[in-house]
Amino acid sequence: MAITNTVYQSSMRKFSQFVDMFAYPLRLSHYLELINPLWTKHSLQAKVLKVWDETKDSRTITLRPGRGWRGHRAGQYIRVGVPIGGMRHTRTYSISSSPSNRDGCISITVKAIKGGRVSHHLVRDLKVGSYLPIGDPQGEFVLPDAIPVRPLFITAGSGITPVMSMLRNYMREYRNLPDITHIHYAPHVYDVIFGKELDQLSKSQKHYKLNRIFTRELGDEVSAKLHFNADQLDQLAPDWREREVWACGPATLLDSLEEHWAKEGLSRNLHLERFRAKLAEVPTDITSGKIKFTKSELESDTDGVTNLLRVAEDAGLNPSHGCRMGICHGCDCTLVSGSVRDLRTGAITSESGEKIQICVSASVGDIEVEL
Amino acid sequence: MNKTLLKQEIGFKVPLGEAEIEEFGKEVEEIRNEVMDSRGDRDAKYIRRLIKTQRYLALFGRVVIFASLGLLPEWGHAFASYLYFFPVISIGVIMLASAKILENMEIGHNILHAQWDWMRDPNIQSGSWEWDHVCPSDQWKHSHNVRHHTWTNVFGKDADVAGYGLLRIFPEQKWKKFNLGNPIYALLLAIFFEWGVAIQELELGLVVTGKRKLSKMRPMLRNTGMKIVRQILKDYLLFPLLAGPFFLYVAAANGTACILRNLWTYMIIFCGHFSEGVHVFSRKQVENESRAHWYVRQLLGSCNIKGGKLFHIMSGNLSHQIEHHMFPDMPSNRYPEIAPRIQALCARYNLPYNTGRLSRQFGTTVLRILRMTFPGPTPQSLARV
Repeated sequence: MAITNTVYQSSMRKFSQFVDMFAYPLRLSHYLELINPLWTKHSLQAKVLKVWDETKDSRTITLRPGRGWRGHRAGQYIRVGVPIGGMRHTRTYSISSSPSNRDGCISITVKAIKGGRVSHHLVRDLKVGSYLPIGDPQGEFVLPDAIPVRPLFITAGSGITPVMSMLRNYMREYRNLPDITHIHYAPHVYDVIFGKELDQLSKSQKHYKLNRIFTRELGDEVSAKLHFNADQLDQLAPDWREREVWACGPATLLDSLEEHWAKEGLSRNLHLERFRAKLAEVPTDITSGKIKFTKSELESDTDGVTNLLRVAEDAGLNPSHGCRMGICHGCDCTLVSGSVRDLRTGAITSESGEKIQICVSASVGDIEVEL
Repeated sequence: MNKTLLKQEIGFKVPLGEAEIEEFGKEVEEIRNEVMDSRGDRDAKYIRRLIKTQRYLALFGRVVIFASLGLLPEWGHAFASYLYFFPVISIGVIMLASAKILENMEIGHNILHAQWDWMRDPNIQSGSWEWDHVCPSDQWKHSHNVRHHTWTNVFGKDADVAGYGLLRIFPEQKWKKFNLGNPIYALLLAIFFEWGVAIQELELGLVVTGKRKLSKMRPMLRNTGMKIVRQILKDYLLFPLLAGPFFLYVAAANGTACILRNLWTYMIIFCGHFSEGVHVFSRKQVENESRAHWYVRQLLGSCNIKGGKLFHIMSGNLSHQIEHHMFPDMPSNRYPEIAPRIQALCARYNLPYNTGRLSRQFGTTVLRILRMTFPGPTPQSLARV
């Protein structure tokens, strides 16, 4: 069966290569795109089927991905291309739907960040029926496949999205939830993304322990100091040392989790999903310098703090990139000479010929990059 | 650009001092920045719609060519006659030729100039676009974007100005007996323009004269060879085979479409730099030139063609050759909008702005090629404004 399958696949591939010769230098896929953008093979697109406001500033977007979609694992994210003013901006969003949705649709939930053009566009201006370019699912923030675990989920705000996908996946696959403790932080009750669904799960699933923490009183602007702390954890999840943790939320929360688990020597129990790359502290002896882009024969100044992707863009270049946070390797390029500092770890790389992620690298002195 | 040299060698004196040239350059730059900053949704819509239209045109052109085969007399039905067959297949050929023209000019040429890179659409990027042409786009980009666009109309730098190494176009080129065939070469080049471009890119002359080793050429030859094979396979083997016994009709239709495209592109491109009144330069003149000088040289070395909206699109907006040469990476749909501003700017600075109807621009180009068949004239007489 497996053999006939591969024979079938390779002959199909040969056949499609043959058909593509008729369309050269394009491919058949470019002509299929005229009829339906979801039939393409040369680029993956998704149609916006439905939008739904989860809270006052977040919206769930239901997407039908094109034929090339190969399914995701609960907890993974995708790159989404968002055209604004004719220009494509790429951002990453966790998928909030279950991988085993029968209709083949996926959903992402986007929160409009203050001053964020892209998130605002997605939450406010995106029209049903439009098409968005998407990437393949990525990320290691997933539950182990076969091993039964007793997860502790710690989420805050829109950090619920990858965990929601996991919860929904349990429900679809097993019809009930295993022993789960869930701590979710939100400003107040009307700000809980998927609030009703979580409520229902906690009512109907006896092993699912949901603790919602509202850090703000209604009408109150100031935080009520209910953020994560050790006592709170001991009280809500007394067995937290025995649980594996999946946590997603703002950097401040994840940083304090990291610290707390490290103190107990339990760091390996902790799986974190960050919205943004965590940057190392900027060293005090920053040196600015010149950057030379060897392919385009351009030179520019670089301050040693700004990431090189940004420097290149400011110099008028247009390097290909994806997440802008050091995940997708869409911006990798070769370091020709000089040193770069990894903005996440502070590590210095001086190996010429090494691939560097320019979105999370800054220069140390004068450098040359193949761009 | 040295003024005295200009006067001596091309018989035209730029009526501006050093400071005025710099001021002119600044004004040109301002127009450029204004347009580049305002790129947005409508430009993106333009190129996407154009690409869609071109693909439909190519698709339906081929469909009409195949449909016309049903009108051949062999079938014996009421409409089976050459009287119906030829008009229908001609429509198909014209559609296919138009698709190829759009693909090569307004779409391919301009994408390869990085005019649309700012959209960050990986499917419309200068780095990855491959066009429907026998010359591989990466090789073409080098000789066109680098040599031709940087060194426009500079002898010894820009291969185009020296008649692609085949034609004598300017009196500055020394006359040889070989040039007696000028009109015939020009006609052949027009018919097989696509191939002329591909061969020129390879710079085989350097191998013949021993300046470049053949072994170093191998990757380039392989690249071009693969491209040619694929192009030929598609138009002259695969589609014709699909027609079975009518193989030759389809091959001939595709060939005609390719030649129509060649003739059209040849005509537009030759008008751009060889029309009456265009200026040429020597290498000495362009040494140490500033950006502002470069703008003046692009202006003096290019000619526009007047026409309607459709004509401009079909000529890839190379009918706005002056604007294209000043701003090669500006989205081409903006050229018609800024052309009046550039023309008015030139008028204020007393600089020539070479534009005319197609008949005038191509007519003088043809006359020039005919004149250059024979020796002379002395350089100044032709280029004088």
